[in-house]
Amino acid sequence: MIFTLHIWRQQDSKSEGYFEQHEIDVDEGTSFLEMLDALNEQLIVAGKEAIAFDFDCREGVCGSCNLVINGTPHGKHRATTTCQQYMRDYVDEKELWIEPWRATAFPIIKDLIVDRTAFEKIIQAGGYIDIRTGSAPEANTMPIQKQVADEAFDSATCIGCGACVAVCPNASATLFVAAKVSHLSSLPQGQMDKQRAKKMMIAMEGQGFGSCSNYRECERVCPKEISVSNITTMNKLLYQSS
Amino acid sequence: MKDFELDSHSPKGSLEDRWTQHKFNSKIVNPANRKKYTVIVVGTGLAGAAAAASLGEMGYNVKTFCFQDSPRRAHSIAAQGGINGAKNYQNDGDSVWRLFYDTLKGGDFRARESNVFRLAELSSNIIDQAVAQGVPFAREYSGYLANRSFGGAQVSRTFYARGQTGQQLLLGAYQAMSKQLAEGSITHYSRCEMQDLIMVKNHAKGIVSRDLITGKLETHMADCVVLCTGGYSNVFYLSTNAKGCNTSAIWRAHKQGALFANPCFTQIHPTCIPQHGALQSKLTLMSESLRNDGRVWAPKRKEDCDKNPEDIKEENRDYFLERMYPAFGNLVPRDIASRAVKLICDEGRGVGHEIEGQKLGVYLDFAQAIKKLGLEAITEKYGNLFEMYQRITSEDPYSTPMRIYPAVHYTMGGLWVDYNLMTSIDGLFAGGEANFSDHGANRLGASALMQGLADGYFILPTTVSDYLAQQKPFDPERKFPEAEKALKAAQARLDRLLNAPDPQKTPDDFHRQLGQILWHACGMAREKKALEVAITEIQQLNQQFWRQVKITGTDTELNQTLERAGRVADFFELAELMCIDALAREESCGCHAREEHITEDGEAQRHDDDFSYVSAWQYSGNVSLPTLHKEELHFEFVRPNTRNYR
Repeated sequence: MIFTLHIWRQQDSKSEGYFEQHEIDVDEGTSFLEMLDALNEQLIVAGKEAIAFDFDCREGVCGSCNLVINGTPHGKHRATTTCQQYMRDYVDEKELWIEPWRATAFPIIKDLIVDRTAFEKIIQAGGYIDIRTGSAPEANTMPIQKQVADEAFDSATCIGCGACVAVCPNASATLFVAAKVSHLSSLPQGQMDKQRAKKMMIAMEGQGFGSCSNYRECERVCPKEISVSNITTMNKLLYQSS
Repeated sequence: MKDFELDSHSPKGSLEDRWTQHKFNSKIVNPANRKKYTVIVVGTGLAGAAAAASLGEMGYNVKTFCFQDSPRRAHSIAAQGGINGAKNYQNDGDSVWRLFYDTLKGGDFRARESNVFRLAELSSNIIDQAVAQGVPFAREYSGYLANRSFGGAQVSRTFYARGQTGQQLLLGAYQAMSKQLAEGSITHYSRCEMQDLIMVKNHAKGIVSRDLITGKLETHMADCVVLCTGGYSNVFYLSTNAKGCNTSAIWRAHKQGALFANPCFTQIHPTCIPQHGALQSKLTLMSESLRNDGRVWAPKRKEDCDKNPEDIKEENRDYFLERMYPAFGNLVPRDIASRAVKLICDEGRGVGHEIEGQKLGVYLDFAQAIKKLGLEAITEKYGNLFEMYQRITSEDPYSTPMRIYPAVHYTMGGLWVDYNLMTSIDGLFAGGEANFSDHGANRLGASALMQGLADGYFILPTTVSDYLAQQKPFDPERKFPEAEKALKAAQARLDRLLNAPDPQKTPDDFHRQLGQILWHACGMAREKKALEVAITEIQQLNQQFWRQVKITGTDTELNQTLERAGRVADFFELAELMCIDALAREESCGCHAREEHITEDGEAQRHDDDFSYVSAWQYSGNVSLPTLHKEELHFEFVRPNTRNYR
């Protein structure tokens, strides 16, 4: 399979970016990132600088990889991170446009790599349950309904990749915040902190993310299928704490 | 190099009292003085984040470093199956003693009794801690925590959060760390890689780091350094580790004098998705928990290997693990299952893609489990794993059996540490997979998360405090010539990488070649001749690397090619040591199968009289001529017997 690639190149956060064109021949069992690996090796041998992009676990759970492929964060295959996209998903396409996440709160570092430190700051504002090491009671002291635990897990499965922000016309991180808030605040251990939602939403705004206006695009591109119902849960908590 | 006595500092007395007594004997720093001490933690996965959060909470001034863009990306996140805890919630006869014994036996009696007992003892506290942090473990309809059984154990003691236990535990530790970051007790550096250890008069007193965005080298001084930088499976190029996992931090520490223990003890995990092509960048693990309900088989006859598995009749299938090990069946430990799979494929009965002329794969079949338990129950248990499998292979495991083949997954070897998790360098600690401490020659499933968190939450906070209580805090105003020197050496190394005399090949190219050599000589089966040949090949390839490695770009910008080259350079030296270690250990034990030392039944043949020790290697100034120190293992409470899973 031969593809024409248009890849975003940008030397650093201050430089102007541009699309650079390449051609590559790969077989359909190759993963999307392996296709870029192959291209990079060709570039290096030719004496050119490799394209910088983020990746690590390559099994869809670390949240590092983050490419916008033909306009869709993470690519064509739904509920899937970039690293788990395979070239066989693109048999019908000849040209691929590959870009970084674009949001004010995620400045570009180089080429396809963006800075997601803003997410760290949001978690630091209240995305935890305060328990001193070693002071926890016996784990089975407090039974939790299976359904509640399962729902908390569904929210907790967020990998912090930022696709929700990349796709949102407002570049809002509301789904990211809501997932953490509903994970922690639905569990009895996390109910103590009534201000969690508020603190995290203030931090979100402070980091330069926009507000939610219910486009629901975030839910569509989330590789972990985090539901917008988390936002409803969070809004309820916000209302209760105000 | 100074000569040291290899003292494990294990406490004496009854096993149950050792840790309690040791904690009591440990010194504590007055809370008012803790702020004056700085602790560097390199690597912020499970062990590092847990240690940093706990030390920060205690009041120390903590500096943390990770090469990823956030601590939440550490590879601990990919652990699927679960975490052991000797809670005996299932009332199936579990206890601290049983977990202790299972772990020691699983490791083929090549670990320290004191350490392993402490691990089993702490396992329960870890579950408590995680639940209190909001880790959403699986629960029964009663609302109480659920358990499952896992390879190598006959009791159900594994706690899990679907197939994402590592993710949930890591996020717990990450969130605890985030709280400390907000409170200012931790200063964190992401996208920042340790280049070297700074030694001041034989004490570890800091690190040289490289900011991966700007390329800037910096020195950071501290009262002690803790390395929680994970394992080195990526030395094989293809492994189940994240692409960034590397040995550089512990290898630089080794070259500064820290002993490297049991480097050849590398775990090959039986249930990985087989390799399918030449461009492949990594292998993907399917959780061992799949073996609870999946049955492993291969065709009895070679001529059936190309058929659709559904078309092979029941009587023509060989459920070889159940046949060979009736007592444990599909749940035998990882090393045993891996070797059995290799044996079947070597006989020519493998299935799936052909790699180098051999079909490398066997079936893991859920048809019976789906019939018995129902589709819903299987989806509930393994849904996300099935999805992952389908994503990668484009085959549906609900309707056709999975194909699996062993892959490198975890390294039991690592920096030698004593009972306090301190390496042979004063003031240098190692936690999690980066040390060698608890798993002997083979790690049992669901024990890695347990060890990382035991080290991070409970052991390091105690032992690091004890160490600091005996030091005066360093003077931040003081200039250290040693730091300047280390910084210059790090710069010189980068310059050398960037200026190879005859640049031709990419770092990955060299890495792939190295991986091939190592996989064949020091993988699932090892043999004297092959190891000797491999050592020569590695040396030659290493020389070629420094002559021909081609790196584009500069060292004053984000340069992933340069990062990779630096890591590959360290892998070369480690690979040689692994072969040297495998060659010196003339026995088979756990993962280490020397073809010369296999029983008639094809089982590993240990030689306790000669090899009941930890091999701790000292860098001599010449990578090819390391010095071996032996820490004899004494068993007071268990009798090392032959592992029998039949």
